[in-house]
Amino acid sequence: MDEVAILGVGMHPWGKWGRNFTEYGVHAARQALADATVDWRDVGFVSGAISVRCGYPGYVSGSTFARALGFTGAQVASSYAACASGVTALSVARGQILSGACDVALVVGADTTPKGFLAPAEGERPDDTDWLRFHMVGATNPVYFALHARRRMALHGATPEDFALVKAKNSRHGVHNPNARYPKEYGIQDVANSPVVSDPLRLLEICATSDGGAALVVSSMDYARSLGVVDPVRVAGLSTVTPTYPDTVIDLPYLATDSAAGTDAPELGFKESIGARAYQEAGLGPADVDVAEVYDLSSALELDWYEHLGLCEVGEAESLLRSGATSIGGRIPVNPSGGLGAFGEAVPAQAIAQVCELTWQLRGQAGGRQVEGARVGVTANQGLFGHGSSVLVRR
Amino acid sequence: MSMTGTTRQRVPAVEGFFTLDDEPHLIGGRLADSGGYCFPLHLGGSDPRNPAAGVEEVHLSRTGRIWSFTNSAYPPPPPFIITEPYVPVVVAAVQLELEQMVVLGQVAPGWAVDDLEVGMEVELVTGVLYEDEECEYLTWQWRPLGERPVSGGDDADG
Repeated sequence: MDEVAILGVGMHPWGKWGRNFTEYGVHAARQALADATVDWRDVGFVSGAISVRCGYPGYVSGSTFARALGFTGAQVASSYAACASGVTALSVARGQILSGACDVALVVGADTTPKGFLAPAEGERPDDTDWLRFHMVGATNPVYFALHARRRMALHGATPEDFALVKAKNSRHGVHNPNARYPKEYGIQDVANSPVVSDPLRLLEICATSDGGAALVVSSMDYARSLGVVDPVRVAGLSTVTPTYPDTVIDLPYLATDSAAGTDAPELGFKESIGARAYQEAGLGPADVDVAEVYDLSSALELDWYEHLGLCEVGEAESLLRSGATSIGGRIPVNPSGGLGAFGEAVPAQAIAQVCELTWQLRGQAGGRQVEGARVGVTANQGLFGHGSSVLVRR
Repeated sequence: MSMTGTTRQRVPAVEGFFTLDDEPHLIGGRLADSGGYCFPLHLGGSDPRNPAAGVEEVHLSRTGRIWSFTNSAYPPPPPFIITEPYVPVVVAAVQLELEQMVVLGQVAPGWAVDDLEVGMEVELVTGVLYEDEECEYLTWQWRPLGERPVSGGDDADG
């Protein structure tokens, strides 16, 4: 797969600011444009990640951001893929660039979120699995996170201390991130002192919902060279895969898995297939990766990602964590940004923010959280209703 | 969790998910070509070889083994309907052997997470999700086949 250059990145700090999401997106976009030294009027395509919590302007986010920056006649699209929306928006921009439809594109996602559990759209909708899982079971998002945590305990001997250790590690990283919402170090005891949300997961281990915005300026390699940028961070692989039938692992927002009666489960499960596609496009493998940003919607889910991305064998995530390998300074640091544990999730911005972090890491601009000598990074994320998301970046 | 002994009508909270007999079954689908199953029936499966028209209605196995379990210590948001005082919902994902699939569901009242284990055998029952003056609205629940533990939660519809 041909590569595209990441010329500029930008973020609005995460928090519970309560302001219009457009403000966060524009802040991030202006920062990314300045970082890229690209004039907004030269951007040929705007790719917005959609917010479903900010009314109509959120549904047409690409256009909302474009208008806020000043309409220039640029082409536009807006994408929604739940938590994976940001990478879907990036994939649309990449397609535009690689098809020759534009030279340089702006990718933006931003959100303003309400307090508390994410809940489905209103109304009585018994033909909507997202409505049914709340109504008939009371299965919130943390319930699904906890099912996977408990499964790790039964299958691989994970302990609540292991899960707390993930939170503690990510919080240590996040202290050095000016965009993090919780730049505070938490210990294992802090986690143990927080209330259980869904057994065995506690409040400090469950991702909060946040406000925030993130943006990328991406271009063709030729355009980058024309700006005199000879060694940009590049998108070398990108995955937006859906599951392959039968997907035999229960996941949001479904009431049941597919059935493996009559059809063997595929060689790679859905979550394994997410990173595999990005690796395949890049012609790289897990052994090449220096740093990873993964979706720790819960502390325990980070351990699953170690295995899904091939950073260790199945069943070895706990020992990888305990060895310190995934801490900054270790063999394969994971979530040097602080992850969702330090950010909380701003849904349409989060997958873009993962790419921002890896770009800073690969440029050596990550300050106190720098992973020394990082040349290859990978993100992983998943949006409910079967949206895979992974980006392989390299320098 | 009616303690009043009234004879309210027992109706499914949503039609078409389970039978209402003494030994209830989940109503699922069987894909004609591949022999795979799906639940719920009306949302079909995702087998690319089977159009929705190729799904026949079947009753799924009423016993299985716990794949994983948890609870919701905080009351879930709407459209879950909370009965006060809120007793944490316990949820199990249950592996059905014949169907080779995992089905989510509440765990029957009286069982807390500390009473459950991965691999434990459970059977399908119906239980009250919420109620009003006329009706008890039912959902499907998984109930462990063993003795109810003394450590169990609030007593309910035994």
